[in-house]
Amino acid sequence: MLSRKWIAAAALGSLLLAGQAMAQDKKVVAVSIPAADHGWTAGVVYHAQQAAKEINAAFPGVEVVVKTSPSAAEQVSALEDLSASRKLDALVILPYSSEELTQPVKAIKGAGTFITVVDRGLTDSSIQDLYLAGDNIAVGSNTAKFMIDKLGGKGDLVVLRGIPTVIDDERIKGFEDTIKGTGLKVLDIQYAHWNSDEAFKLMQDYLAKYPHIDAVWANDDDMLLGVLEAVKQSGRTDVKLALGGNGMKDIVKKVIDGDAMTPVETPYPPSMIKTAIYMTVANLIGQAPVRGTVKLDAPLITQANAKEYYFPDSPF
Amino acid sequence: MAVMTGSPTTRRISDLNLTWTDVGPFLALAALLVAGFLINPDFLSATNLANVITRSAFIAIIAVGATFVISSGGLDLSVGSMAAFVTGITIMFMNAMAPHAGLWAIPAGMVVAILVGLLCGLANGLIVTVGRIEPFIATLGTMGIFRALITYLTDGGTIPIDRSLRDAYRPVYFGTVAGIPIPILISIAVAAVASFILYKMKYGRKCAAVGANEDVARYSGISVIKTRTIAYIVQGACVAIAAICYVPRLGAATPTTGQLWELQVITAVVIGGTALRGGKGHVWGTVAGAVILELIANLMVLSDFVSEYLVAAVQGVIIIIAMLIQRFSNSK
Repeated sequence: MLSRKWIAAAALGSLLLAGQAMAQDKKVVAVSIPAADHGWTAGVVYHAQQAAKEINAAFPGVEVVVKTSPSAAEQVSALEDLSASRKLDALVILPYSSEELTQPVKAIKGAGTFITVVDRGLTDSSIQDLYLAGDNIAVGSNTAKFMIDKLGGKGDLVVLRGIPTVIDDERIKGFEDTIKGTGLKVLDIQYAHWNSDEAFKLMQDYLAKYPHIDAVWANDDDMLLGVLEAVKQSGRTDVKLALGGNGMKDIVKKVIDGDAMTPVETPYPPSMIKTAIYMTVANLIGQAPVRGTVKLDAPLITQANAKEYYFPDSPF
Repeated sequence: MAVMTGSPTTRRISDLNLTWTDVGPFLALAALLVAGFLINPDFLSATNLANVITRSAFIAIIAVGATFVISSGGLDLSVGSMAAFVTGITIMFMNAMAPHAGLWAIPAGMVVAILVGLLCGLANGLIVTVGRIEPFIATLGTMGIFRALITYLTDGGTIPIDRSLRDAYRPVYFGTVAGIPIPILISIAVAAVASFILYKMKYGRKCAAVGANEDVARYSGISVIKTRTIAYIVQGACVAIAAICYVPRLGAATPTTGQLWELQVITAVVIGGTALRGGKGHVWGTVAGAVILELIANLMVLSDFVSEYLVAAVQGVIIIIAMLIQRFSNSK
């Protein structure tokens, strides 16, 4: 495993050096993303690097440079470094935080760079040429719709929340609004911080507290892993559905295999960074118009379409 | 408390000669059980108690090690990241061995876990003692290092254990012997060995002496460097044992494994009656402290009084009240 990484690092390094040498006559697309610190960002890094590799091979006139940063402050420094050494034709950025990155991105925009913002918006939306994000409300509502169908409109649910953020609030809102007025009842809702250990404990507690639970919704797949382990340990048979969200490969694999408890999945795909990079390059190379706002839907991943969302080599 | 801990007058003549600091955590534990039963009778169901005590095992085992470190006047903030790092290395080793050694990969991996834990503890110990760096800063540094290493090894994602090993290894967390979950038995064994070392062996007295007063200990001919370094090595071994019990639970290591465990560990030690500035360690109190922490979290979910937004605040209040009760019972 280690040696594989060193080879990859060496290859990437030489690729970058080679790119530098020919950079003069190439259009440069800088991609600035958070470093991999949990499953989802690990997926973002993986898909950004895949996109860079594919585009650099397919279009000799374009060079995609991926830079990861472990904090907002370091992302600001990274932007300065990227723009200081050469002229950027486009910047694709998934900002660490909206406030801190707005001014630095605005400065780059001032030099005539095409700006694509992904997932988290900047505080000044006039800076971006293209904005691309997923739909967290749809993650909640599509899961809820499936549960309503599957449980025949009534049943007792427990819900696990993530970290108190806008993302979590939107998912929960989408879910709660959709089940309102149906026979589905949320028995309990608690935070488990998108962490599988905490989710395992919380699910054990839910099972101890409620003698009958029809379905569980953990709004993220890391938490779902903990939930499934707790249900398995309890040996309870009343839990018919346990659903997650985000599109982790282990869970998508379950959907492919036709798992009874987790038959569907809702994506908030880290691969959206790839969509953003390709669209930006399409504008740069093919003059395809892409300015505007793109909101990816969160269609249910079912056994029929799961292959489209399955990346066995991705860390997420 | 300041006078009592570590001062030679409280040295126990027999095991029955208990002080308030010794029994305080167990009284708090009993009070919590009664309160829990009144709030929700399901709280005392065998399944619920088994679940809660089993999952407190990781913190309890690591906190037993932390009792050594804190008793000797040190501190270790790196235990959570170290647990994640050891877990990661162990799973990678087991996965690599599985095709050649089959199920023997599991015991081999456990040995590797212990070795890695000992080395990590030794590194912490040497940086603190030979390097003469404040324990807080030294282990804050290694905490960052271990966390970064596990993030690197996992690519930010997860390292799952090989499917062929999963079922064979599962009983180490989920199995029982005579109806008692294995992690509980392991933590009792760890605490028993630890209390033997701390209370019956010469090293235990050295440890408390160094923590109570470094200069006096040095003048009495105790090697402060050696005593503290050994405490960190014990801590490393405890982290490794916890990691061995942890792997079969979810069968994976991730960059968020063991996050903030260090704070729970330190809280468990202090609730257990060991002073944060060093001196006599209370091993069984520490174990009770770890169980108390999990029980409080469990009770928060089983009761319906508290909004999900306020759970952490109520936990904080209960911990402070528990400490205040101890403080006042000590001053009697």
